[in-house]
Amino acid sequence: MALIAVDDLHVHLGESHVLQGVSFEVPEGGVTALLGRNGVGKTTTLRAMMGLVPRRGSVSLAGEELNRLPTHAIVRRGVGYVPEDREVFAGLTVEENLRLAERNGSPRYELVYELFPELKTRAGQKAGTLSGGQQQMVAIARALLNDNPVLLVDEPTKGLAPLLVTEVAAALERAAQLATVLLVEQNLAVVARVAQQVVVLDSGRVVHAGGANELLGDPDRIRELLGVHGGAH
Amino acid sequence: MSTFILLTITGVGLGAMYFLIASGLSLIYGLMGVLNFAHGSFLTVGAYAAWEASTHVGGGPGTKLVVATLAALAAGGLVAALVELLLIRPLYRRPIEQVLVTVGLALALGALVEAIWGFDARQFPVPSWLIDTTTIFGAHIPNDRFLEIATAAIVLVGLTAFLRYTRYGLIIRAGVENRAMVTALGIDVRKAFTLVFALGGLAAALAGVLSGVYFGTIDPSRGTSLLIFAFIVVVIGGFGSIGGTAVAAVVVGLIQQYANYYASSGLGDLAVVLLLAVVLLLKPEGLSPKVAH
Repeated sequence: MALIAVDDLHVHLGESHVLQGVSFEVPEGGVTALLGRNGVGKTTTLRAMMGLVPRRGSVSLAGEELNRLPTHAIVRRGVGYVPEDREVFAGLTVEENLRLAERNGSPRYELVYELFPELKTRAGQKAGTLSGGQQQMVAIARALLNDNPVLLVDEPTKGLAPLLVTEVAAALERAAQLATVLLVEQNLAVVARVAQQVVVLDSGRVVHAGGANELLGDPDRIRELLGVHGGAH
Repeated sequence: MSTFILLTITGVGLGAMYFLIASGLSLIYGLMGVLNFAHGSFLTVGAYAAWEASTHVGGGPGTKLVVATLAALAAGGLVAALVELLLIRPLYRRPIEQVLVTVGLALALGALVEAIWGFDARQFPVPSWLIDTTTIFGAHIPNDRFLEIATAAIVLVGLTAFLRYTRYGLIIRAGVENRAMVTALGIDVRKAFTLVFALGGLAAALAGVLSGVYFGTIDPSRGTSLLIFAFIVVVIGGFGSIGGTAVAAVVVGLIQQYANYYASSGLGDLAVVLLLAVVLLLKPEGLSPKVAH
């Protein structure tokens, strides 16, 4: 049974009908990658699932409808969110960014410091002075701090150096052992490493859903759906 | 020299009042994006609640002032919280309607105060020790100036500690930067909105009491007239910045006093507007922009 079910999701941003009836399911456990060319609605899909943009349609988590809930209530149902472009609080320290994300009495600081030891040494540093990679660590750590059964992660490797991409991919693998991850990602090598399922969007609609290996093993299909050469394997 | 000292301490005292009004205004806009034109009404409501309470309690002038201040705080905080809950909250994501509601509310509350207490200024009960003076380097400084400065300093320290050391302070500081991301961490930011409105109402009501002490009277237009300078202070200090607001409030108070005395009486207000124009040209984001600290 699917843990997350998105059904006929519509989003209008101004005059633009960005999501035009998006429907897909995310099975429990592992990583499902949400793929597509730039501007097809991947980020908007995650933002709509989080209640960050006005939306119509249905999003359910383990059978519970989320679409009428405000964002904070969706998060409290156990949905962690790592936004595109990190969105760390620049004026707060690393430690304050993490403390803000605490939701229960037992935040998993051991886990996040094990994954990102650098954050411990930079706990007192303002997040705005961190590098892009370090800010991404803060953003992922905030989502991992609580025992969220679901993580929505939006382009975590965007703009990162190759070494940091590997580090982030390793963190995603670890996160996938603890939660169900829905990942928006452009880097197909990362998708190949961490994802088991893929959902492909085009022009605000789902145009493909299936196993990650099937798609990534078919360069012609990748070129057709994503407009890139399949170099993941 | 004694004149300069008198002007300086009076200017800082005036700045203290501006700070009390502007701090709430700044946090409300910084966190919620609400330009609250009704904020001056919280001051007026606080001032009249204080006056009303002082007429109903016995005891000496000091006791009356303490009771009056408590009544002002209760009225200002309560009215502000109710305004947020009943009028502002239903209009989130509708900024134009929010502005219109706060403008309408300012007019309505002003009319209500005039209907209950009349148009004429009322004598505010000021203890004689506050009217007395203390001599500093030859300058005879009215004692109320020290009360205003001390009160604002306590509020500044208290607000700073609240923002720095409490969970709600952390939420407000983060919310000033990125409100949507705060909610995406599972935090119901609406509670922080109500709290910030209530804190703003408390500080404005305190300013209402102190304005009664400073001017010796209260009148229905007091909140509106001081709100104009509070807005200027907030723009100069940077929306959402308590530290920037404090510095800007003192600078505005001092410039008003110096210009009125050394240039020409009445030029103080013009000098403040000129300062605002210079800041907007050179540093449009204000002295300390968009970070609550």
